[in-house]
Amino acid sequence: MSLDNYLYLSALLFTIGAAGVLIRRNAIVVFMCIELMLNASNLAFVTFSRMHGNIDGQLFAFFTMVVAACEVVVGLAIIVTIYRSRRSASVDDARLLKL
Amino acid sequence: MITAPKIEYGALAPVLIVLACAVLAVLVEAFVSRRQRYVVQTSLSFAAIALGFLAVLLNKDVSGRFAEGAVAVDGVTVILQGTILIFALLGLLLIAERGFQSFTAQASALPGSADEQRALASGLQQTEVFPLTLFAVGGALLFPAANDLITLFVALEVLSLPLYLMAGLSQRRRLLSQEAGLKYFLLGAFSSAFFLFGSAFLYGYAGTTTFEGIKSVIRASPGNDMYLMVGLSMLTVGLLFKVSAAPFHSWTPDVYQGAPTPITAFMAAVTKVAAFGAILRIFYSTIGGMVWTWRPVFVVVSILTMAVGTIIAIAQKDVKRVLAYSAIAHSGFLLTGIVAFNKSGLDATLLYLATYGFTTLGTFAVVTLVRDAGGEVTDLNRWSGLGKRSPLIAGIFTLFLLALAGIPLTSGFIGKFAIFSAAYESGNISVVIAGVLASAVAAFFYIRIVVLMYFNDPQEDGTSVVIPSPVTALTIGICAVATLVLGIFPQPVINMINSLATFVAG
Repeated sequence: MSLDNYLYLSALLFTIGAAGVLIRRNAIVVFMCIELMLNASNLAFVTFSRMHGNIDGQLFAFFTMVVAACEVVVGLAIIVTIYRSRRSASVDDARLLKL
Repeated sequence: MITAPKIEYGALAPVLIVLACAVLAVLVEAFVSRRQRYVVQTSLSFAAIALGFLAVLLNKDVSGRFAEGAVAVDGVTVILQGTILIFALLGLLLIAERGFQSFTAQASALPGSADEQRALASGLQQTEVFPLTLFAVGGALLFPAANDLITLFVALEVLSLPLYLMAGLSQRRRLLSQEAGLKYFLLGAFSSAFFLFGSAFLYGYAGTTTFEGIKSVIRASPGNDMYLMVGLSMLTVGLLFKVSAAPFHSWTPDVYQGAPTPITAFMAAVTKVAAFGAILRIFYSTIGGMVWTWRPVFVVVSILTMAVGTIIAIAQKDVKRVLAYSAIAHSGFLLTGIVAFNKSGLDATLLYLATYGFTTLGTFAVVTLVRDAGGEVTDLNRWSGLGKRSPLIAGIFTLFLLALAGIPLTSGFIGKFAIFSAAYESGNISVVIAGVLASAVAAFFYIRIVVLMYFNDPQEDGTSVVIPSPVTALTIGICAVATLVLGIFPQPVINMINSLATFVAG
C-alpha cells in the first residue's frame, strides 16, 4: 500500500478537526477537535519519517504528545473554571467581550 | 556505543537560567510559607531576569549553532533576547505591584463565592503568577533562537501555555478575565495545530527538521513543491496568529481587554518581540531564497493588518481595546520590515520592536493607575478631563500616545521612519503608502484621547489616578525616558543594532 494514503488520512482527520472547531459549540468538544488536529499532524510526521527513512519525524511526534498533554492540563483547567462560574461550557455563552 | 549530545551551556545560558529559576519558583510555591512567598518569589524572578541578561551580554560575540544544531545564537538572537529580558523586567515590576491588586487572591475560587471572600479577607496574594511569568519568558527567549522545527514548536508552547492561564487571573471582572483566557486558549491551540501540521509538511518536504537542512534542500531544488507550499503556508498561519496579524487578529482585543492589565502589558511587549524574532529568522534566513514566493503574501497581510487595526480602533470606547487595535496596527507596520527583506529591514524591525515595547508597556502601566472604587476604569468617556485632574500622568500618557502615533522627537517616529524607509529601499512602494496612510488614520484616534483628557471637563464619578507605588512609578519612568531618549538620541542604539544584527552563516 502506498504511503500516500496515510497522508490523505492525515489531511482528512485534520480537516474534520478544523471543521469541528469551527462548528461545534461545546468548549470540551472544540478542544477534542483540536487534539484531533494535533494527532493528524502526528500521523503525517510518522508517515514522512517512514518515507525519508530517518527518525526525526517520530521524535517530533513524541514531542507533540508531550505538548498535547500539557495543553490538556492548561485547557481543562480553564474550561472547568469557566464551567463552575457559569454552569455552561458553551463557547457561544462566552460573549461578555465584544465591541 | 551511544555518544552523548554536546550541549554548549554558555551559549544557552540565558534560556537555561530563566527556566531553572522558573522550576525553582514552582518549588518555592510548594514549600515556602504563604507569608514569605511574595518576597521570595519577587527576588527569585528579578534575579533570574538579571542573571539571564548578564548571560546575554556574555554571548555578545558568539555566533553559531548549539545543542546539536537546535539553537542558533547570533547577533540577532542576542539583541532579541536582551530586548525580551528588559521588557520582562518591566512587566515583572508591574506584576509585582501590591499597592493595588490586579490578580485574584485565589484563581480556583468561584467568583462571588464564600471561598473567594475568605481568600480576599485573608489579605494574602497568590504568587503563582511569578513562575508562570518566568516560564513564559523562558519560552520567549528560546523562540527567536530556535533553529529547528521541534525547538520552535516547544518554545512556542512554553511561551503560550502560561499566558493562557495568566490571562484569566484578573481580580476584578473575573468572568471577563476567564472568558479572555478561554478564548486565548482555544484560538491559540487552534493556531498551533496549524503550525504543527505545517511543520509536518515542511519535514516531509526536506526530510529534516533543522533550518539549515530545509534551507539547503530549497537551494538545491527551488521548485514549487506542494509539500513545501502547504507546510510553509500553515506554519505562517501559526506565526501570524502570535503577532496578531489580520486575518488572525480576532483574539487580540478580547484578550487584551479581559486579561489583568500588567499581564496585557507583559504580553503585548514580550510576545511580539519573540514572535517577530522567529519570523525574522525563518523568513530572512531559512527561506530567504523563496522571497519572491512569500513576499506578495506578506504585502497583502501587512496592508490588511494596518487597515483593520487603525480603522476598527476608531470605533472603540474602551482604552484597552483601543490599545489592542493599535497593537494590531503596529504588527502591520512591523510586517513592512519583513516585506523589505534587506539588511536595513532587519535592523529597522529590531529597532521598531525595541521602541514599540517600551511605549506599549508604558501605556498599559498608566492604564493600571486610573481607577475608581471598583478597580480600573477603562471606559474612555470616564477618562475625560484627566489632564486637569492629574497633569503629570496625563502628560506621560500623552507622550506614549504620541510615540505610538509616530510623532517626531519620540521613539515611535524613529522606528516608523526606519522601517518605512527600509521597505521603500526594497521597492515595495505599496506597503509604504499604506503604512503612511494608516499612520495618519491612527494619529486621529490617539489624538482623540489626548483631546478627551485635556479639553473636556472632568466628570464627578469617582474616577481618579492613584499615586503609583515605587515599582509602577519606576516602570512608567523607565518607559517614558526610553521613549524620549530613543526619539532624540537614537544613534547609539541604531549603531549597536547595525553592527550586531547578523544571522549565523550557512
